[in-house]
Amino acid sequence: MTLGHHAGYILGAYAFTALVIGGLILHALRDHRARKRELDRLQGEVMDGSGVRS
Amino acid sequence: MWTRLAHPGHFLRWTQPVMPWLAGLSGLLLGVGLYLTWFVVPPDYQQGETVRIMYIHVPAAWLGVFFYGAMAISAIGTLVWRHPLADVAQRAAAPIGAAFTLICLVTGSLWGKPMWGTYWVWDARLTSMLVLFLIYCGIIALWRTIEDPNRAARAIAILTLVGAVNLPIIKFSVNWWSTLHQPASIMRMGGSSIDPSMLYPLLAMILAFTILGVTLHLYAMRTEILRRRVRALTLREAERLDASPSSVRGASISQEPMGQAPIGRVVQSL
Repeated sequence: MTLGHHAGYILGAYAFTALVIGGLILHALRDHRARKRELDRLQGEVMDGSGVRS
Repeated sequence: MWTRLAHPGHFLRWTQPVMPWLAGLSGLLLGVGLYLTWFVVPPDYQQGETVRIMYIHVPAAWLGVFFYGAMAISAIGTLVWRHPLADVAQRAAAPIGAAFTLICLVTGSLWGKPMWGTYWVWDARLTSMLVLFLIYCGIIALWRTIEDPNRAARAIAILTLVGAVNLPIIKFSVNWWSTLHQPASIMRMGGSSIDPSMLYPLLAMILAFTILGVTLHLYAMRTEILRRRVRALTLREAERLDASPSSVRGASISQEPMGQAPIGRVVQSL
């Protein structure tokens, strides 16, 4: 397939979309893992009852 | 049943097994949509190959408006029923809606330069989409300004409902004003004006983007619920430590570096 002399605009649009959607997915995964780790740690401390990591 | 499903605890339980299926379906539909876009759709007789930008521009525009509509409905849920999941849904939708609106604006500009000879005109449709993006940014900024999510919820719900006035302006701008942007060509009286060879791949991409957006939204809602639980536990821990200062000061401001210590203890040590 030849995209003609507007190839730069077409590929640029797809590249930007891929970048933004990729960023959204990556941020969602990293944010979720970070919150999960944080919650596990806090819940461990609450279960421990002392507020001090054993 | 709806109330039961919308309870944050139940929501976390029923969405957990659904997420991998939705993610797989999003990937599959995107693959099919992109295949149709690149290998089946013929070049447009006027736009040539540049028409392929429309297959990401139109779905992104739809999702930008769709997520704002979802936020407006959630805002009503927050203000009228004070349902905690409504606020969670609203907060999770804002960055996703903003991202798709940004995609719509940028891909529209990249299409406009070769077709209209300019990246931007202050056309009613373009301007109302830019206003939508700015409203999204304002809402996200306001959320970051107010630390307590319960206080933020009401203020943002009101702002969201005020901003919803922009949705019919976006939709009907091409009818109300003489715009450079073309009028509605998919949802219009008398049926679509697009040839089926281009319409069905476009609908496939709209469906793929919608499933992807919904998947991201549900995932972000799960994360938001976890964030609020972390906040609640941190506050409880801080209150508990405040209640018994002597036992803690002696016991545990600890050998840990500041960044690794529980926040309650950091608050106490400050």
